[in-house]
Amino acid sequence: MNKNRRQIFRVMQIFILVAAFGMLAYGIYRGEVSVVLNKAVNICLECIGLG
Amino acid sequence: MKIRQEVRRKIIQIAAFGYSNTYLGNFINGRIYKGEWKQFCNPGMNCYSCPAARLSCPIGAMQAVSGSIQFRFSFYVMGFVLALGVIFGRAVCGFVCPFGLIQELLYKMPFPKKKLWKGFTYVKYLMLLVFVLVLPVVNTNIVGMGEPAFCEYICPVGTLEGGIPLLGTHPELRSMLGALFSFKMCILIVTLIGCLMVCRFFCKVMCPLGAIYGLLNKISLYHMGIDKERCISCGMCSANCPMDVDPVKHPDSAECIRCGKCTETCPKQALSLKFRCRIKSQ
Repeated sequence: MNKNRRQIFRVMQIFILVAAFGMLAYGIYRGEVSVVLNKAVNICLECIGLG
Repeated sequence: MKIRQEVRRKIIQIAAFGYSNTYLGNFINGRIYKGEWKQFCNPGMNCYSCPAARLSCPIGAMQAVSGSIQFRFSFYVMGFVLALGVIFGRAVCGFVCPFGLIQELLYKMPFPKKKLWKGFTYVKYLMLLVFVLVLPVVNTNIVGMGEPAFCEYICPVGTLEGGIPLLGTHPELRSMLGALFSFKMCILIVTLIGCLMVCRFFCKVMCPLGAIYGLLNKISLYHMGIDKERCISCGMCSANCPMDVDPVKHPDSAECIRCGKCTETCPKQALSLKFRCRIKSQ
C-alpha cells in the first residue's frame, strides 16, 4: 500500500471517528437515550415475534 | 506460558457474553432487566428482550429511535457503532458478539459442513438498508410511529433469546401467538440449521450490524498486516479461515472478523493483527 493511500485512509479514519463522536454527543443531547431506555426496559413484542 | 490466540479469543468471547447477559435468574422468573445499563448499547447482537440482557441491542435501538414520533434517525446509536467500527472493524464480531459465540458453538456440533455461496454475503447489506434504515422511517402508523422491521420480520436473535424464554414463562403472551411468530420461528430454524452447516451463517448472510462493521473493516485502526516477503503462498491461511476469506488477497475484507486463525496457522508468521498507529515512510 503506498503512502498516499495510507494518508487517505488516515484522513478517513479521523473524519469518521470525529463524526461518530459528534453524532453520539448530538444524539445524547437531543434525548435519544431516553427513547432507547424506554424501549429496552419493556418487553418488545415485535422483537419476540408477537407483532 | 503463551496463551494461544484462539484460547484468548474464546476467553474474551465468554467474558463478553457473561457481561452482556448478567441476569440469568430472569430466565426463571420471566422478568427482563429494567435498570439504567439498558440505555447503553451492546457492541454485538444481543436482544434487549432477552431476560438476562444487561445492555440494549444496537440494531433494535436504532430502529426504536428512527421509528419514534420525535426522531427519524438515531445519531446516538449510529455514532456508537461507527466509533467502534472505525477503531476495531469486525473484530467486534469476532471477540465480543454474544450471538457470534452461540453460532461458533453450534458449528462445533456434528453436522454436514458446507461452503456458502459468496453472493449470499450481500444479503446483509440489503437487510441493513431496507429493514433497519428505511422501513422503520417510511412504514409508519397513523400517529407517525414506525415499526422495527428487522426485529419484527427477520431477527432470529430476538426469537431465540427473547421470544422462546418469555413465552415459556408468560402464559398470557402465548394467547397472542400467530402467523408472525410462526414465520419468525421458520427463520430461526433456517438460521440454526445454517449455523450448524456454515460457520457464522447469521454473520455472513443476515447481520445488519456486521454489515456496518464490515464496511468499516477497510479503514479500521485494528487491521491485518501482511509481510509479502515472508509469504510463501501456501494457502494455509485461506484454508483455515472460518469466514472463507483469503487474507493474503483481501486482508481488509468486509467478511474478516479478525479471529486470528490465519495468523496462528501461517507457518512463516507473514500475517499479523495490529493497530495502524502511524504512516510509514516507505
